[in-house]
Amino acid sequence: MILFGVLTAALVLLFVLNLSLGSVNIPFNDVVNTLSGKGAGKATWEFIILNYRLPKAITAVLAGMGLSLSGLLMQTLFRNPLAGPYVLGLSSGASLGVAFVILGAGFLPIIVKDFFLSSYGTVAASMLGSFLVLLAVLAVAARLRDTMAILIVGLMFGSFTSAIVGVLTYFSTAQQLQKFTFWAMGSLGSLSWENIAILAVACTIGILLAATCIKPLNALLLGERYAKSMGINFGRARFIIILATSILAGSVTAFAGPVAFIGLAVPHMAKLAFRTSNHIVLFWATLLSGAIVLLVCDIVTQLPGSDLTLPINAVTSIVGAPVVIWLLLRKRNKSYS
Amino acid sequence: MKEEVTILSANSISIGYRNGKEVTAVANNVSVQLKKGSLTALIGANGIGKSTLLRTLTGIQKPLQGEVMLNGKNISSYSAKALAQKLSIVLTEALPPSNLSVFELTALGRQPYTNWLGIMAEEDIAKTNEALQMVQLEHLADKKHYEISDGQLQKVLIARALAQDTPLIVLDEPTTHLDLLHKVSLLKLLKQLTEKTGKSILYSTHDLDLALQLSDEVIVMTSEDVIQNTPALLREMDIFNRLFTDKSIYFDYAKGGFIINPG
Repeated sequence: MILFGVLTAALVLLFVLNLSLGSVNIPFNDVVNTLSGKGAGKATWEFIILNYRLPKAITAVLAGMGLSLSGLLMQTLFRNPLAGPYVLGLSSGASLGVAFVILGAGFLPIIVKDFFLSSYGTVAASMLGSFLVLLAVLAVAARLRDTMAILIVGLMFGSFTSAIVGVLTYFSTAQQLQKFTFWAMGSLGSLSWENIAILAVACTIGILLAATCIKPLNALLLGERYAKSMGINFGRARFIIILATSILAGSVTAFAGPVAFIGLAVPHMAKLAFRTSNHIVLFWATLLSGAIVLLVCDIVTQLPGSDLTLPINAVTSIVGAPVVIWLLLRKRNKSYS
Repeated sequence: MKEEVTILSANSISIGYRNGKEVTAVANNVSVQLKKGSLTALIGANGIGKSTLLRTLTGIQKPLQGEVMLNGKNISSYSAKALAQKLSIVLTEALPPSNLSVFELTALGRQPYTNWLGIMAEEDIAKTNEALQMVQLEHLADKKHYEISDGQLQKVLIARALAQDTPLIVLDEPTTHLDLLHKVSLLKLLKQLTEKTGKSILYSTHDLDLALQLSDEVIVMTSEDVIQNTPALLREMDIFNRLFTDKSIYFDYAKGGFIINPG
């Protein structure tokens, strides 16, 4: 309980800090005043906060929550501590969906093209892409119980995707290519308020769906057969978990690009901090930590006080990749992983 | 003579697999009766179809012919939740990695009774504690499940089944991976539980000598037939020398165990 209080406080603090730091440092008071509608000391500050930093901070919160929760769902569903939307190739699947839309739009009839090039089309393609990859991973996982094999399949999907994208680039214009490249680098900024609304709705649906699976998720901690013997409708629970995961990972990837490792690392941070496997606790812990971690990563990308901005993916990978290696090493001594 | 209530019964059923139109029968004419408050062992050589029989008796797969009756009702007509309140299982397979404590693991047995979020009511907590007391592991309640020994973990899994509060518990080879002392202690616990709680317990095992000493009834699966009887009567029938067709071992009734033929 105390921990939840601390996390909530940290989230609020980091949210305001995130708004205040950047290439232009805006004093804390002015940020709070802008948010409460009193207006900042300078009109430019207010403009920066409301039109640039606030959308970005909200995106960071939503993306952090969505990716982390989808990671938690997959780790329990696949009984695999190394599962996550990026590692399992979900982000790749989403990328492929988006690549088809952005790069392949030229092949589509005009009427359909307009829909697919809109935000809705991108989100739909992205969710569909991650859903299909998830189904494929699931099919492989049913045949191979091996942890590492599933990860290798995820890797293969990654390579496969980049190959297809490579082929698509041959047929696309320079303009399309540029649009896709920027998207693929990952960015939390540059979302319109309309896009944020779509993302928020998608994340809410995904989070609510996940919430209905908390009990089956706890049963799955003992494996599929025990879960079934305890009265869980496994087929239905698995479908909802996959649906929720695809919606969360797909929508976030559609708007923020493939953000690496957040989905894998954050659930472990939550498990470590709360020392539990109970999904009622982990659900909230993961949501809060996810938002916090991505806000911190976003602050780091701004390199406060400088004009430089790092790609978000670089920062999350620097944090996340060592976590994966550490987890692999820990797996050796059978204990908690 | 006390009245005997049958919890689970199967009358000359055929068990096996259906794969499209192809039907593979594993055993025909199988009759099993599990009585209230009895401990029943299932023995048979590897690959003879013990798992198939257990899967059929627990409703995971349907018999090729005939039906399995649980509390007088066809087992396949139960909903998942209703079945979970009648039948609980203990498996041999390793648990996936998790942070579950002994108490949390046992408490999962309450799932068929809790609400959609799985929140434990007072009764659920009481039942969980009671289950841990029955296997005498309440002192380990706060330990993580990976911090305890294999023998203790097996007992915790039994406690989980007890918390599920079902008249029938089915265990798949609960004594594998345990040394002799822990095997005996586990089977004694099962025996005790049937006497104290009136539950019916069925378990498969390869420890024939122990099963004969501690079970009320034994189901013997051979390549020809499936026979259920009390240990004493099975001895008279000389059934154990039909368990393994190989001539390198034989069952010594005086010693109550298998002896290796020299040479």
